[in-house]
Amino acid sequence: MSEYFAMGGYAAFIWPSYGVAAVLLVVLFMLSARRLQAAERALPKSSDGDKDAAEDE
Amino acid sequence: MSGSAFHRFANPSRFLRLASKVLPWLAAATAIGFAVGLYFGLVASPLDYQQGETVRIMYIHVPSAWIAMFAYGWVGLASAAALIWRHPLADVAAEAASPVGATFTFVALVSGSLWGRPMWGTYWAWDARLTSFLLLFFLYLGHLALLNAFDDRQRGRRAAAILAVVGMIDLPIIKFAVDWWNTLHQPASVLKMGGPSIDPSMLRPLLIMALACQCYFFLVTFMRMRTLLLEARQRTLLYRQNTARPRNTATMTTGGAGR
Repeated sequence: MSEYFAMGGYAAFIWPSYGVAAVLLVVLFMLSARRLQAAERALPKSSDGDKDAAEDE
Repeated sequence: MSGSAFHRFANPSRFLRLASKVLPWLAAATAIGFAVGLYFGLVASPLDYQQGETVRIMYIHVPSAWIAMFAYGWVGLASAAALIWRHPLADVAAEAASPVGATFTFVALVSGSLWGRPMWGTYWAWDARLTSFLLLFFLYLGHLALLNAFDDRQRGRRAAAILAVVGMIDLPIIKFAVDWWNTLHQPASVLKMGGPSIDPSMLRPLLIMALACQCYFFLVTFMRMRTLLLEARQRTLLYRQNTARPRNTATMTTGGAGR
């Protein structure tokens, strides 16, 4: 197992590559999801894009 | 102004409804894509005969770079549509995708750097591919900065859109830098004339990871577009409430495509 994580001696290059990607993509997703939730909660139900389609047409 | 068919097809309300239906599927596809892609990329794929284990960096580096460029194309084309047709959805599409593209650009730069150190002996070189890709990152940062630089939202979006459109010149430069100049970076091995010159056992994780990154891009971009549209609607509602006393036609017309 530890041999696997050693990655043939290149662990210091391989794991940080994936680590940086994972952290940034997860953080961006969470920030986007939280802001979307806040926007959905701030609007009254009726104007969530389901009912007032007529407004834009 | 815009063609009425196009306007009806891509109107914000329709997008809002469509997005809320598509988002759960995109989330599932992204999760499954990364799970399968990481399994093949980090476990069930062979070592490279020259690079050994470091070839595994490819499965995050190359898809990130692809999506970084795809996302910039998206931002640039949406910005062009916003400038030409003033369609409200186009501005929103550009603004929503920009942080996603910037993130993938940064991931590609960092993972490329971490791949370069063991394989080239250096984290960074000022060769044409690396430099033009760094420029892409600065274009994203400039775009995001301009969006937030003005009190008047529309002015910020216009300035950002112009930068985004002009910046599209960087995309072919990045793509062909490895052919036009002598670069430390290797030339293309997948998207090239004559088909990919890469073994299927390595192509598989590469393409699955690319698909996962593509799904992630649409997932987060659509989430952010939905957010921006709902926030705009909220501002309109507040504006109407604050100006509702003499309810005349002027206040009624502020809802749609902005000013």
